Amino acid sequence: MTNQLRGKAAIVGTGHAGFGEAHGLTAYEIMAQAALAALGDAGLKLNAVDGLFCTMMEDSMPALMAAEYLGIRPRFVEGTMTGGSSFVNYLTSATMALEAGLCDVALIVYGSNQRTASGKLVTVSRPPPYEAPYNPRYPISAYALAAARHMHEFGTTREQLADVAVAARGWAQQNPEAFERGPLTQEQVLSARMVCDPLSVRDCCLVTDGGGAVVLVRAERAKDFPKPPVYVLGSAAESAHRQISQMPDFTVTAARESGQRAFAAAGVKPADIDVVELYDAFTINTILFLEDLGFCKKGEGGTFVEGGRIAPGGVLPVNTNGGGLSCVHPGMYGIFTIIEAARQIRGDAPGLQIKDVNLALAHGNGGVLTSQVTAILGSAATL
Amino acid sequence: METTGHPDKMFRNGLAEGRIILPKCRSCGKFHFFPRLVCPHCHAMEFAWHPVSGRGEIHTTTVVRQKPEHGGDYNICMVELEEGVRMMSRVEGLAPQEVKIGMVVTAYVGEAAGGAAVLCKPAEG
Ligand SMILES: [Zn+2]
Repeated sequence: MTNQLRGKAAIVGTGHAGFGEAHGLTAYEIMAQAALAALGDAGLKLNAVDGLFCTMMEDSMPALMAAEYLGIRPRFVEGTMTGGSSFVNYLTSATMALEAGLCDVALIVYGSNQRTASGKLVTVSRPPPYEAPYNPRYPISAYALAAARHMHEFGTTREQLADVAVAARGWAQQNPEAFERGPLTQEQVLSARMVCDPLSVRDCCLVTDGGGAVVLVRAERAKDFPKPPVYVLGSAAESAHRQISQMPDFTVTAARESGQRAFAAAGVKPADIDVVELYDAFTINTILFLEDLGFCKKGEGGTFVEGGRIAPGGVLPVNTNGGGLSCVHPGMYGIFTIIEAARQIRGDAPGLQIKDVNLALAHGNGGVLTSQVTAILGSAATL
Repeated sequence: METTGHPDKMFRNGLAEGRIILPKCRSCGKFHFFPRLVCPHCHAMEFAWHPVSGRGEIHTTTVVRQKPEHGGDYNICMVELEEGVRMMSRVEGLAPQEVKIGMVVTAYVGEAAGGAAVLCKPAEG
């Protein structure tokens, strides 16, 4: 996104549904509940939606299935599948489509019933041909390989990884919407069942049901809605590889580039950001993204997260809803980074509300550290 | 070896013959993996195929934990060959937990998932 698009679109509604276990509901029913919740939040009806931005894990044409389910005939449909980052990516395309007049009301939406339907990640991804013979456990093996290299190069420890999980739980404990709210100590993370060394099951995101949605309109009419508008100040993407075996440097993600461009587009820097919402599929993600987005230097992410520094009361509020590690993770989490960032800016976060939030960062990750998309959102004061 | 328009088949045929052969770009002189029609380094399209030495180093590694009744724990690693390419592999002849980053290994053609595949063993001496 270039500066031309800075602040041109705003989120005027957020909604979610089916967090945790949504027994008896299909993925499309959860998707629809989330869509209706976001539209209700914006004071809009379904028939106002003329731009649909959607992907799901259920089908090869999920956006079309969603449009049919919702009974709408969108004149702009975007379903680019970049994994869990897709929804942050749609902030760019939705802003472009709104600004160009290709649609007037953009709905970004997702839903999944993976937990109650299957109990594990549902994916139509096929194993990459040059990796499949070694039977990697998708996607965790990939993140384990990255974590192991980070530990080797920078001395990052399992204790530091565990601190990421403990911090996320700390936020979740204050958030009534979060799925996992029980106590969690560093020792419990370390002694939990190992899945792929160095990652234990507590280094992994949840497997839940859930859906999320946001509604965007052009900035010029954003003040006419019930909730304070949240402006898209900058958003940018970069894709570096698809298979983990093709990752150019196992300790550096394309968040470095997506972050630089998003910050440049928004005209702000990491130190200006009040709350940070990162796609924490695994504990190593948080460390990698804090480094690559410029909140600390490469290799210092482990130290940065130590001892509650990103937990409630720490130096930087990170994943204030509890993240994918403790709040919700229905296969793809990206939409929830946007929702929590927007609610923190509006001042109606479901858990701990940080005081005077004007700038929030939402970062999406897709695939196996593959697609990185960074968005900077701001209050009216930041325009 | 001559340039081929079928890089995937070329590599797999090599494996089937018990050889690890990789494309080296005639333009930039770099090897790449996985084999493809366009050099990922410089986008040139002419390659010569060379057998690799097999000398390599473990770049990163993990132990996939699995119940003994399902076959037990196993290793997945990234091996960096001295030709400058990395590929996914598995170290044989060593407990999966004993595979360490920086370990010097020999890559060879073995069997994985019922087909010929690049495996590694600790280098001798
Ligand atoms: Zn080349």
